[in-house]
Amino acid sequence: MSLLITGARVIDPNGERRVDVRVDGVIVSDVADRLDPVDADDVIDAAGLVLAPGFVDLHVHLREPGREEAETIETGSRAAALGGFTAVVAMPNTDPTQDSVEVVDFVRRQGERAGLCEVLPSGSITIGRAGERLTPFAELAGAGVKIFTDDGNGVQDPLLMRRALEYADGLGITLAQHCEVERLTAGAVMHEGACCSRLGLPGWPSIAEELMLHRDIELVRLTGVGMHFLHLSTAKSVELVRAAKADGLPITAEATPHHFSLTDERLATYDALYKVNPPLRTRDDLAAIRAGLADGTIDAIATDHAPHAPETKEQPLDQAPPGMLGLETALGVSLASLDMELVDVIAALSWKPAAIAGVADRHGRPIEPGGPANLTIFDPDQVWEVVPARLASKSRNTPYIGMPLRGRVLHTIFQGDPVVRDGAALR
Amino acid sequence: MTPALKNPSRSLLDIEDLGADGIIRILDLADHMAEVNRRPNPKVPALRGKTVCSVFFEDSTRTRLSFETAAKRLSADTMTFAVSQSSLNKGESLRDTIETIAAMGVDAFVVRHGSSGAPHLIDAWTQASVINAGDGWHAHPTQALLDAYTVRSALGRTGGLDGLRMAIVGDVKHSRVARSTAAAMRMLGVHVTVVAPRTLLPPDASDAFADAVTDRLDDVLADLDVLYLLRMQQERMNEALVPSLREYTTRFGLTTQRAAVLSPQTLIMHPGPMNRGVEIAVDPAELPGAVITQQVTNGIAVRMAVLFDLLGSGNTAPGAETADTNSDTSREGGSQ
Repeated sequence: MSLLITGARVIDPNGERRVDVRVDGVIVSDVADRLDPVDADDVIDAAGLVLAPGFVDLHVHLREPGREEAETIETGSRAAALGGFTAVVAMPNTDPTQDSVEVVDFVRRQGERAGLCEVLPSGSITIGRAGERLTPFAELAGAGVKIFTDDGNGVQDPLLMRRALEYADGLGITLAQHCEVERLTAGAVMHEGACCSRLGLPGWPSIAEELMLHRDIELVRLTGVGMHFLHLSTAKSVELVRAAKADGLPITAEATPHHFSLTDERLATYDALYKVNPPLRTRDDLAAIRAGLADGTIDAIATDHAPHAPETKEQPLDQAPPGMLGLETALGVSLASLDMELVDVIAALSWKPAAIAGVADRHGRPIEPGGPANLTIFDPDQVWEVVPARLASKSRNTPYIGMPLRGRVLHTIFQGDPVVRDGAALR
Repeated sequence: MTPALKNPSRSLLDIEDLGADGIIRILDLADHMAEVNRRPNPKVPALRGKTVCSVFFEDSTRTRLSFETAAKRLSADTMTFAVSQSSLNKGESLRDTIETIAAMGVDAFVVRHGSSGAPHLIDAWTQASVINAGDGWHAHPTQALLDAYTVRSALGRTGGLDGLRMAIVGDVKHSRVARSTAAAMRMLGVHVTVVAPRTLLPPDASDAFADAVTDRLDDVLADLDVLYLLRMQQERMNEALVPSLREYTTRFGLTTQRAAVLSPQTLIMHPGPMNRGVEIAVDPAELPGAVITQQVTNGIAVRMAVLFDLLGSGNTAPGAETADTNSDTSREGGSQ
């Protein structure tokens, strides 16, 4: 099948230009100022639209296996495609945990069956994410796992974390940390500060994130083994990463759209929709995260897409699980919230996370002949609002209802296949 | 499924919702209710035909009895939903539980819950009035009202409480009573000092919370109109918040020595139940200013006032017909 994209404003690692792009099979076959549409099976008129390499989400919870009432790999993949993503890293806190070749193979196959984006299973660092014994890193790496994390929990034991880094050395994998010293967050439901004091809710202090981040930065310094830091949320965390990078340490970091767009004041309604881990923080933290993204201290925008069935969120804050949807709103929230060059926002959504996820051979590539046809086409100026009932995700826990978002994905092409056309999933 | 918007004044979730004028309105109404309570037959038909359901997800026999007595004196029908026997133990959600009870025809829910914000959620799920009878560490508005009423009647005041000085002592961090009572008193013009070690203060105990914060009880004792002692819970010892109950008493307890420093006019209050020998190490019966029993008594009149205010649909206040001719007694009533 041959697909022609005409008049697109291409933005990729090589910069920006206005060209026609032809896709044949799973690759980009031709790029030129003007291509003849005569022999194309399908034509997308992309005049006024941006054509970029598909986005890569380093952080999604697809809930399968184990919590299929909240999301399945198929529904989550569809949400990803609608958000412009062509690859997502599936977090390991499934049931059973992604700590064995059997489970990660299952997740990958379910992703292939859905065929809407590439589902990259992560592996847990410890068996059952219990923080006690390491998973078989090499076996899992042999099954294609690139990212290892106990996300949902941080690895509390400093000895175990040191050993994990040392053992990972040379395996071609990246350890990713959820930074949270759990002794400091017992029972916590929101950011510790003026707002939680007023609302009478147990606070999740910033220091709980910063202490573990600091510990792990020092372990990276000690071992020389690189690390990725998940969903950083505080101003001090951005400072710590900035200083560590200035020292030349091999670390990367991500931030979520909700941590640069929503503050802890949202919790004043006691609506568990706004409960997330790490919690929504203050205006100053939001500003620091945005600045960190703008200067490259924070490498990637990752959604921490965390679907939850409605009945689990319709509970008092201390009983409801943390997490919110992110895949379908990531671009819209990013362009509405960030004061950055468009190319830098796309970099943080595409080629930078592709490199961290170890898939830079097939995602986030320059759009040139012979390159992979994993592409997204979006209108950077369209202002739109989320309609919960129209979300592809099986869950509805988006915090962005009623908030104008800017930038809407119209077409997503995965392995040469238009899986999203005109803002609608084709399967 | 989202219920239609209802008038927010049909519920009482936070003391802040009332504002100073609203608090004074309830206190004035409570004066009438106190008069009803002094009658040989302390019952009026004001809420006949209304149904008030207590849903207590956390044990509190005292508060529940106070509300139920208040409802009965206004001739409302009362129901009690006891959680230990309930379907919540069978996995039914809070929302389903509330909607099921609401379907039986309930005009008001009186809600006690261990989670901050639970009454706010319930309020969004039902057309009935919701009265917060204490949620987590967050709020206990009827306690705040009965505290304000107790101070006002003990001092024979009308209107607000301008110029009074009050200290709230103890575990402010985990206390819904401290949050609501401090807010109510400040709205009425009281200068509120919070007395606690840093570990028992909320993370941000700034001027939004109190007029002053100190950890030195002895510095404030001599100059107080109201000394309010909070309950110190044994479980706080396990969280490294204070080293021992003995040390707590030494620093923050009302000891004989401290009682001697107090002016005899200083009112001494406690939300109950008291830990004798901990926050209060003297017999309150020996303290001339202790109004701890009056707090309990006034709780009924104040809760009658709240129920009537929310459910009375514009009727004349019960007792108002006698209050005109008898207003002096109604004001004296609370001061005993």
